[in-house]
Amino acid sequence: MHGESQPALSTARVSRVVVTPEAEAMVHHLAAMHGPLVFHQSGGCCDGSSPMCFPRAEFRIGLRDVYLGTIAKTPFYIGGEQFEYWKHTQLNIDVVPGRGSGFSLESPEGVRFLTRSRLFSDEEAIALEAAGPALRGEQAEG
Amino acid sequence: MSATLEPTKQANATLPDAARNYAIAIPIKSRYDNWINGQFRAPVKGQYFSNPTPITGQHLCDVARSTAEDVELALDAAHAAASAWGKTSAATRSIILNKIADRLEQNLSAIAVIETIDNGKAIRETMNADLPLAVDHFRYFAGVLRAQEGSAGELDDDTVAYHFHEPLGVVAQIIPWNFPLLMAVWKLAPALAAGNAIVLKPAEQTPVSIMAFVELIGDLLPPGVLNIVQGFGVEAGKPLASNKRIAKVAFTGETTTGRLIMQYASETLIPVTLELGGKSPNIFFPDVMNEDDAFFDKALEGFTMFALNQGEVCTCPSRALVHASIYDKFMERAIARVEKIKMGHPLDSTTMMGAQASNDQLEKILSYFDIGKKEGAKVLTGGSRAVLEGELKGGYYVKPTILEGNNKMRVFQEEIFGPVVSVTRFKDMDDAISIANDTLYGLGAGLWSRDMNTCYRVGRAVKAGRVWTNCYHLYPAHAAFGGYKQSGIGRENHKMMLDHYQQTKNLLVSYSPNALGFF
Repeated sequence: MHGESQPALSTARVSRVVVTPEAEAMVHHLAAMHGPLVFHQSGGCCDGSSPMCFPRAEFRIGLRDVYLGTIAKTPFYIGGEQFEYWKHTQLNIDVVPGRGSGFSLESPEGVRFLTRSRLFSDEEAIALEAAGPALRGEQAEG
Repeated sequence: MSATLEPTKQANATLPDAARNYAIAIPIKSRYDNWINGQFRAPVKGQYFSNPTPITGQHLCDVARSTAEDVELALDAAHAAASAWGKTSAATRSIILNKIADRLEQNLSAIAVIETIDNGKAIRETMNADLPLAVDHFRYFAGVLRAQEGSAGELDDDTVAYHFHEPLGVVAQIIPWNFPLLMAVWKLAPALAAGNAIVLKPAEQTPVSIMAFVELIGDLLPPGVLNIVQGFGVEAGKPLASNKRIAKVAFTGETTTGRLIMQYASETLIPVTLELGGKSPNIFFPDVMNEDDAFFDKALEGFTMFALNQGEVCTCPSRALVHASIYDKFMERAIARVEKIKMGHPLDSTTMMGAQASNDQLEKILSYFDIGKKEGAKVLTGGSRAVLEGELKGGYYVKPTILEGNNKMRVFQEEIFGPVVSVTRFKDMDDAISIANDTLYGLGAGLWSRDMNTCYRVGRAVKAGRVWTNCYHLYPAHAAFGGYKQSGIGRENHKMMLDHYQQTKNLLVSYSPNALGFF
């Protein structure tokens, strides 16, 4: 539905995850129905590599999960080992017509969240390096 | 954007035009309910969702959009049936499984056509792989069931330990959309053989073939032994997987949902089996090119196997590792082979590769072409959506694609679940093993060499549950299938699968009339 976004580097802070306006609207729509939400980036078979969206209290964030940031007031996590293979890319969460399986909340709406990606630029990579190690485990403020 | 449509009035579904070429003995209905307690039953809330065919992207039929209330009805039926079914003799259950196999075989082409219309895969594959394998799976478990025995251990002259296999009771099974009927049968056959009652939730992308199956064979099983609840994961799958009335849950899918299912299982302390995918390496040693013979031809076909089922296979050989000394010549032949893949109407028996199963799957594959190119992977062939003619115009088609790069790229690390192989070079055996094992997953692997020592050493060193050696994509019921590392827990197929659906009962019996003397 939407191409990649290239946020300006106005500050030293570089986002590891961003969201398209369409996906943001869908997250707000789901939050109005289900309350606070959480995203966890999946891997593996079938719907693997898709972001899964659950009620915040539904999915237990593990100690090794990496907190990538917050989109549409919703914290976004990825498995720690998976992060090692993904960390050089920025995730841009989009939404497309479709029907994901798994227990992700958007499925009955006839849409599916989709992870698009781009490489961080050298400047962004340096800024991320300078910002220190990624946060692991559940974050109090999503 | 609601997926709920008003139920249609027509008796039969809206089929692709090319379906006219087939006399489908079991018509696809315009609407499917759930299958509970031996009969079709409308969902409690009366809601249905529109199920499109990926061949055209158009509406095919409506399917029950179930909720927790329907799951409870299915569990009521399963619990009422479980005890009697668990006590039937092995011979009785074996006969029933064989009858299911026979009837499925007699109606093989009808169900194959339905599977192709619902999933989008080429009719060549459903006719020659999905359905024959499903038939054989029932026969295999009908057979091994009769050979399963407990044991009697004579501990001493007065004491005997008897071990009995007992069914778990009522089990939950959640099925993926890539081989909708075959993956259901992989779970159904051993669970039924072991004496369990089942509540099964098909994937919402591919809900139809299992309904045609149960319409065909439903009368062979006592009511309540097999129950099918359709609907979305969050609305029907979750109340099933998290239910306190199931003794086990079996799931095929991806890692985050796998974790969620384990989390639910931790609350009720039940076992899980999980099959969560892979990123399977397919390794070609230099001696494959020693001769330009039948074996080399087979190896080239083995390379091209990434396109089987449009790449929507958990064990898709989606990373090819080719020895540097043969790389250029090998790839020239491999690209030529891949470019011979015939795309076309999935219902055309000469079509080799059909449609991806859903629009979101198509979009995901395209997003991987994008990140692959951004990471510097070179497109050797394919690399884009295929827009086909006529009624296929709105369907979900992707060109078979070869990407060249290195194993750190995301297209080498993530299961794209499309007709995409990422190719890289290796320099020696240790390098091949190192690259093969540099992945989060360990479900399948392939290796190709004329040297049996190489095959054995590498086969043992690759951390994957199945290493196809000088073959690929064979799925006999008699060979165990399952993952190392993040690819899952437990196995499917093989007689050992009976254990996954059974408890061990130990009767420890003393035949001595005398007290131990402690008290």
